[in-house]
Amino acid sequence: MATLDIKLLRDLRRMWAQALAIALVIAGGVASLVMAVGSLKSLEETRIAYYERLQFADVFATVRRAPKALLTDIAELPSVAAAEGRIVKLALLDIPDFAEPATGEFISLPEGGQPRLNQLYLRSGRLPQPTSAAEVVVTDGFAKAHQFEPGSRFSAILNGRKRELVIVGTALSPEFIYAMGPGDRTPDDRRFAIVWMAERALAAAYDLDGAFSSVSLKLLPDASEPEVIKRLDSLLDRYGGQAAYGRRDQFSDAYINHGMDMLRNMSQTLPPIFLLVAAFLINLTLTRIVALEREQIGLFKALGYSSRAVTLHYMKLVIVIVAIGTVVGAVAGNWLGGYITKLYRDIVHFPFLIFAATPGVYLVAAALGLAAGLAGALRALRSIVRLPPAVAMQPPAPPRFRRVLPVAWSLRRLLSQPLTMMARNITGHPLRAAFTMIGLALSTGILIASLFLSDTMENLIDVTFFMADRQDATVSFVERRNAAAVEQVAHLPGVIAVEPYREVPVRIRKGPLERRVMLNARPADAHLSRIIDIDLRPVVLPDGGLAISRWLAGLLDAKAGDIVEIDLLEGQRRTLALPITALVEDYFGMQGMMEAGTLARLMREAPAVSAVNVSLDNSRLGEFYDAIKRLPTVAGVALQRLSLVNFRKEMAVIVTTMATIYTGLAALIAFGVVYNSARISLSERARELASLRVLGFTQAEVLRILLLELALLTVLAQPAGWGIGYGLAWLLKTKMEGDVMRARLVVDNFTYALASGMVIAAALLSALAVRWRVARLDLVTVLKTRD
Amino acid sequence: MSERIFTARSLTKVYRSGDVEVRALRGVDLEIGAGEFIVLLGPSGSGKSTLLNIMGGLDHATSGRLLFRDTELTALGDAGLTRYRRDHVGFVFQFYNLVPSLTAYENVALVMEIADEPMRPDEALAMVGLEERMDHFPAQLSGGEQQRVAISRAIAKRPDVLLCDEPTGALDSKTGIRVIEALLKINEQLGTTTLVITHNASIQDVADRVLFFADGQITRERRNEHRRHAAELSW
Repeated sequence: MATLDIKLLRDLRRMWAQALAIALVIAGGVASLVMAVGSLKSLEETRIAYYERLQFADVFATVRRAPKALLTDIAELPSVAAAEGRIVKLALLDIPDFAEPATGEFISLPEGGQPRLNQLYLRSGRLPQPTSAAEVVVTDGFAKAHQFEPGSRFSAILNGRKRELVIVGTALSPEFIYAMGPGDRTPDDRRFAIVWMAERALAAAYDLDGAFSSVSLKLLPDASEPEVIKRLDSLLDRYGGQAAYGRRDQFSDAYINHGMDMLRNMSQTLPPIFLLVAAFLINLTLTRIVALEREQIGLFKALGYSSRAVTLHYMKLVIVIVAIGTVVGAVAGNWLGGYITKLYRDIVHFPFLIFAATPGVYLVAAALGLAAGLAGALRALRSIVRLPPAVAMQPPAPPRFRRVLPVAWSLRRLLSQPLTMMARNITGHPLRAAFTMIGLALSTGILIASLFLSDTMENLIDVTFFMADRQDATVSFVERRNAAAVEQVAHLPGVIAVEPYREVPVRIRKGPLERRVMLNARPADAHLSRIIDIDLRPVVLPDGGLAISRWLAGLLDAKAGDIVEIDLLEGQRRTLALPITALVEDYFGMQGMMEAGTLARLMREAPAVSAVNVSLDNSRLGEFYDAIKRLPTVAGVALQRLSLVNFRKEMAVIVTTMATIYTGLAALIAFGVVYNSARISLSERARELASLRVLGFTQAEVLRILLLELALLTVLAQPAGWGIGYGLAWLLKTKMEGDVMRARLVVDNFTYALASGMVIAAALLSALAVRWRVARLDLVTVLKTRD
Repeated sequence: MSERIFTARSLTKVYRSGDVEVRALRGVDLEIGAGEFIVLLGPSGSGKSTLLNIMGGLDHATSGRLLFRDTELTALGDAGLTRYRRDHVGFVFQFYNLVPSLTAYENVALVMEIADEPMRPDEALAMVGLEERMDHFPAQLSGGEQQRVAISRAIAKRPDVLLCDEPTGALDSKTGIRVIEALLKINEQLGTTTLVITHNASIQDVADRVLFFADGQITRERRNEHRRHAAELSW
């Protein structure tokens, strides 16, 4: 082995703690990148493969009842590769030993078993016999939640008649990777199932023989989706068709997209910042480490080593440290990515989901770490290698210091000598102090950017569940009913108050911008489900006014006072022009809201209801559930309390876990920044500190002098860190907003305090580590060797 | 002899590094009186610095006893030695070890914070003839000036002993003589017991006593009946 390589190994052994701290910072950056990009890629690729294999459709539409003959016309539309009709109906389920009412979405299966589009991925058992009226396949999650197996039985109220069904298989579907019952905000496998049944049986139950109520289309690769939707709408119009929609508005796909967008945006925001901080730190640290080697570099050159050989030697040191960091980071990132992927698999129903980061991710991470390290070391080497050996071997001239204040205001009257040393050290190396502060501020910043999510989520929960939707439950009807249905619900046991609402699908348009949303009408004096405006105040809509989600307003480039066009997509299809009178603060989906009477007038129909919000007497829940299960008109009941519990659970899994992982990595980086700063200061000032020890200063006093500067920089860096943290949080929140879900940025004071506290704790830990070093400072050797 | 300030009995020091044993001191017996000015001579590795470091509380002896007045230094722990250095010892090294971020005045003032009855920094600097340069930073001072700042920093806390390890080693003859002058002046005016290690044999003539070292032992000692003045030195 070459002598220089032996020196390299010995140097690494000597400075192992510091090398490890630098390597861990790199590992933090690499791990976050591998985890985020890897889990995103795994999800994306799994979804593509899943959709492909099971023929997930591109366009979807529902009708009241259309003859099967129409399917031929649909299939012949230009750009349509395949069209398939089916029966889709919502029905209440009655499950043995399960009090709460559950909902099933019943979907018909053709004679041949597997449909051509939206095929089933059977997890167990088999498909129903085409002639069987009782055999069903249910979603895997539902079966697991109730410990159902093939052969288990439950009942459903199909078109007003209770039927006993027998499970013959469990399955997954690309159409329902993420699915939830009517009125719910999060999936609940116990209370919502997709139930596949032979077409013959379902058609008989709903009197839809020779007809279909839902159609799915597969398009040719170069198809224009809006064009197909327009033609499909005109074909379905006379059969009670509701506007067709593409994957963008398909609930499951939209939701998965949103989830991936969130992951993508997180992976595009946090890991680059982490890597940047890591790069910044190794650049700074290695510059200082190499600068400390000045005399040795001079010696090598004096011995006849070329500048290139000397440079290469130090490059190797950097490469080894970066390599260690990259390997540790890749292993940790791989493990964390596998963990995240597993969490996703529990929420979204993919038949297979394996974490596999592409080699490219590791390469990118390694290259970034290496580039930062080499750039830092080169910066220091360039200036030293350029010196003639004789000069390099001399100690550098003592650094020049300046007075901080004019002589007349001599510091000696204001500050003790240690404070003077600190002040001069900072002003004497302003760049170094600034870099250290930037590193510390970034550490606080990335901690805030990891920690703020729970504050923002709590605000979302507060506004959604406690300010806006304060009902205990929402009872949804199979199809729209008249006002008498409200009375019927009001008289159910345990019901204290009722509040009807009506939902109509509409297209809302301003200029060329258009979206398909639900228009939600409610009584003017609604007090259970309220409209909360962007100032977080409840608002009462004026007669004829329209309120829309703030997010929707942004998409339409509209503001309060603007006129928008509304295409009603149900009943008499008309286009109206309405003024926006308020913007709504809501975080889930997009909607328009108006007063019920106004909508009935515009629809030119008698007041109708799609669902009823109710407030319940909790002591009579059991009676309420039993009564609901006997109502043939009800499609499902959403329970706010359960929604909140499920929402919290899901958020805990994804948001909290991600935030915790990122916080952990951020804390690791913060510790690395602080420890390295302290450790290098110690190396640079070993002589000065040893002199003080010889003068009779105690270890504690010397430590105080060394750490005072770091303490001051740490404290000074905090306000900037808060600013950076808020900025990063804003960036993340903005990038994670979408049609499906979004939030208002809230960063609690506690979060700022916690982030700063963690950085300060890292500083204290570093101080402890450095104290150990100071205790071992060899006074004699330090002082008797030349500077 | 005046009051006895150091008493060493069979003092040894062995450095172990792996299997290698280096016997730096092989049983030193020595008595030093208060106010003596002693020069230690001898080749490299003869044990001078080791003895000085142990006397200054920078290192521990392996065996034997060393008393400072009635205090047994060889029985003190790290905290005790720090206390001892703080209260009784001043050090001067070949490389001046000034704090670069402090001016001459402030470097001396450093000890104000830890000493009981220190001199004023300007007073200490005046003793070495640097009262005019006290607002300069180390980078603005010559080597000799830096060394004299180091000396005034060492004496500002009025130590009982001043230990100097090659104080002129890095200096030319003219500056070196000024440094020796400063040391003699302090020895004379303050009565500080002073031990100076040097490779420069001509310095021995200014001492009360000269100790010759070889192979970890004091092989010979000489008392100067007639001490020369620093101004008479040259090398």
